[in-house]
Amino acid sequence: MVQTYSAPLRDMRFVLNELLDVGEIAALPGYEDATPDVIDAMIEEGAKLCENTLLPLNRPADEEGCHYENGVVRTPQGYKEAYKTFVDAGWTGVTLSPDYGGKGLPQLISMVFDEMVCSTNLAFGVYPLLTNGAAAVIELHAAEALKQAYLPRLGDGTWSGTMCLTEPHCGTDLGLIRTKAVPTDEGRYAISGTKIFISAGEHDLTENIVHLVLAKLPDAPPGVRGISLFLVPKRTLKEDGTAGPANGVSCGSIEEKMGIHGSATCVMHFDEAEGYLIGKPHKGLRCMFTMMNGARLGVGLQGLGLGETAYQSATAYAKDRRQGRGLKGAEEPEASADPIIVHPDVRRMLLNQRAINEGARALAYWTALQLDISRSHEDASVREDADELVQLMTPIIKAFFTDYGFEATNLAVQVHGGHGYIREHGMEQLVRDARISQIYEGANGIQALDLVGRKLPRRAGRYLRHFFHPAVAFIEENKDDPELADIVGPVGKALGKLQTATLVIAQRGLGDPEEAGAAASDYLRMFGLVAVGYMWCQMAKCARDKQNGDAFYDTKLKTARFYVQKVLPDSAGLFLKIMAGKGAVMAHGAEEF
Amino acid sequence: MKVLVAVKRTIDPNVKVRVKSDQTGVETANVKMAMNPFCEIAVEEAVRMKEAGSANEVVAVSAGADKAQETLRTALAMGADRAVHIVTEAELQPLAVARLLKVIADEEQPGLVIMGKQAIDDDSNQTGQMLAALLGWPQATFASEIEFKDGTADVTREIDGGLETLNVNLPAVVTTDLRLNEPRYASLPNIMKAKKKPIDRREADALGVDISPRLAIHKVEEPPKREAGIKVADVAELVAKLRDDAKVIG
Ligand SMILES: Cc1cc2nc3c(=O)[nH]c(=O)nc-3n(C[C@H](O)[C@H](O)[C@H](O)COP(=O)(O)OP(=O)(O)OC[C@H]3O[C@@H](n4cnc5c(N)ncnc54)[C@H](O)[C@@H]3O)c2cc1C
Repeated sequence: MVQTYSAPLRDMRFVLNELLDVGEIAALPGYEDATPDVIDAMIEEGAKLCENTLLPLNRPADEEGCHYENGVVRTPQGYKEAYKTFVDAGWTGVTLSPDYGGKGLPQLISMVFDEMVCSTNLAFGVYPLLTNGAAAVIELHAAEALKQAYLPRLGDGTWSGTMCLTEPHCGTDLGLIRTKAVPTDEGRYAISGTKIFISAGEHDLTENIVHLVLAKLPDAPPGVRGISLFLVPKRTLKEDGTAGPANGVSCGSIEEKMGIHGSATCVMHFDEAEGYLIGKPHKGLRCMFTMMNGARLGVGLQGLGLGETAYQSATAYAKDRRQGRGLKGAEEPEASADPIIVHPDVRRMLLNQRAINEGARALAYWTALQLDISRSHEDASVREDADELVQLMTPIIKAFFTDYGFEATNLAVQVHGGHGYIREHGMEQLVRDARISQIYEGANGIQALDLVGRKLPRRAGRYLRHFFHPAVAFIEENKDDPELADIVGPVGKALGKLQTATLVIAQRGLGDPEEAGAAASDYLRMFGLVAVGYMWCQMAKCARDKQNGDAFYDTKLKTARFYVQKVLPDSAGLFLKIMAGKGAVMAHGAEEF
Repeated sequence: MKVLVAVKRTIDPNVKVRVKSDQTGVETANVKMAMNPFCEIAVEEAVRMKEAGSANEVVAVSAGADKAQETLRTALAMGADRAVHIVTEAELQPLAVARLLKVIADEEQPGLVIMGKQAIDDDSNQTGQMLAALLGWPQATFASEIEFKDGTADVTREIDGGLETLNVNLPAVVTTDLRLNEPRYASLPNIMKAKKKPIDRREADALGVDISPRLAIHKVEEPPKREAGIKVADVAELVAKLRDDAKVIG
């Protein structure tokens, strides 16, 4: 048995059509055609592509990896064909505006599809993820001529994109960037410097690669206030707009790394390469944040996607593998042993994966719906509220999902025992692939700082209220419902503690930023647990109302109870850690380590 | 030339089927359904014919309950131009389907009817043959290649001994085998377009043919579990076992 995955369409439909009302999308201007039946058909077709084209490629590409020779990078066997299939099926430029050749579809469709891509072939998914991100930045911030020149081919998958931020001495702290941009006579820029860890920096899937590069102009103010953003193509364009001669961009090497072997991670040299300014001088970081915010949600989905494959694979194995007997006696006495799914400890692992996956899925799709509302609703104030909620949720989805996604893959190895640790079953690959999601697009610790340092204080706590108000109202309304009280009650308590923790961090952090820094990661995780708990309350209510003998709803309610009894209580421990403050964290002198 | 493609909604081929506890059939409640893979190949072939210019219209047809409409939408999204849905909640056996399809074929007058060689649910492998007989048209089953010339079609068939090429006059009924082509995924733009393509709903009862079942299913059960293999010392023992224990040779 290897990685097992069939798209969880029933659960996706439950979230989209029963928990949320995906019909809201078609009511948004520009999305009239994205009716629930069309969305459903797209997701079903996308599922086929992921299951039948991407999944079979996942293991062999991991074994083979990418190849580097004289500046040329080859992706693993089968990637080119799969990329063509992906492009032909129309999964590029999904959300890009039709004005630039895109499909103009809602983010929600794209995010549901991304989840399935991440489940079946994370490394492959990196290429389109970056292209989409680059296109979004260009669409929002670049001059019209650049949009016309680059977007249609990014949208139809003929070209791909990258984001070039990281340099050898500069990862999190982008203020340290050294790559230079010197204005030339033609109003262009000569870009010089070295970027490292550039995903999809060089490869053989597309005829051109559009790099979005952070660099400093000669008159740049120091630090993050002096960073500008440039579009630097691998090949500059000919008169007719097609890819022409090589620009001064080269790939020096690719990294040997722990996971995502199919994704080329490149050292990129820019040697007076021709570049074009995007946005205003020195304001590049703000533009790049467009890409990073979208990509952070996308990376969060990597955690969820892998978590789903981990759960499905572990479940299939647990039903098949026979060891020992049920603690209350043999369940299948005619066989030599019972399947390991009879063991409480194995069930604990499977349900941990499942309860978080399903809750995270609901949170992700809810956020995606808000993202579409934030972009397209007619009413500016509705757009603004939705946007603030998305901003609040972005670091939580990125860090919480990927931390738990990693744990889920780890549990899949554990359920497989020694057979999980050897390569054959593909479980150790899931662990290795999952690990990067906690690091790139801003390490998870940085996400926590973003939540505590930026999102909490923003507009005197207004962002937070977009989450707390509806959550508190829902809990108030349903806590006395006798069939739901045992689910809603504990989530209500955890929510109360989260509010307390928020206040304490805000108060202590005001006088001493180290207090906020020391609490940030625990707080983000606590927030994630409560937010997913809130989703479980809503799902439980929805399932209870719909119960009609369909086992799906009964199972949902059972999983809701597992979440509330066996996962959510972790938030109480986190609360204690937060309340303990920074003292013990900062007590050691550096020389004591 | 107009091409009529018949498609069936079946359990998704990736689903592990389970026999119902009362042994009257297999469990279909809450089971993922999809277009029968052989039908997908038929749709793909028809769409390729249109792309190559040998067909000018592709009409998809399916008989079955309301949900069959989703399968027709898939055919439309793959590139069929319009669809006919023969609506019925009744159990349909191959002869009934062939009769229903005949009515539609008589109305539509296609140059070719193309359909899967069998459906993966009941594996009957009969409907195409019956339809050809009812229509009085030539048939070419198990196609792995089709070429058109001068109002006829060369159809390469996969048969036990290898490949056989038949030349059939058109109109004809062709049934598809696995190696005929690799069906495409419906693309996002085509899924959008499919929504606007017409599906003509026809009540089966109004088509004037007898669709009542002719076969009765007595019991459905799981295939017996495979027993562990044994090692034999030599050919003589193998032959003896095949003859005396397995009784597969005389
Ligand atoms: C496979 C792979 C693909 C990548 N793809 C890309 C890409 O396409 N484009 C690109 O530009 N980059 C890419 N990266 C780089 C990636 O985004 C960085 O590695 C990441 O941002 C962290 O930077 P760093 O490695 O320099 O770590 P550092 O910044 O050195 O951080 C090390 C540790 O210190 C912590 N830390 C740092 N600063 C702070 C702080 N202020 N407060 C608290 N904690 C702090 C971090 O959380 C982290 O745990 C990729 C990396 C990998 C491994």
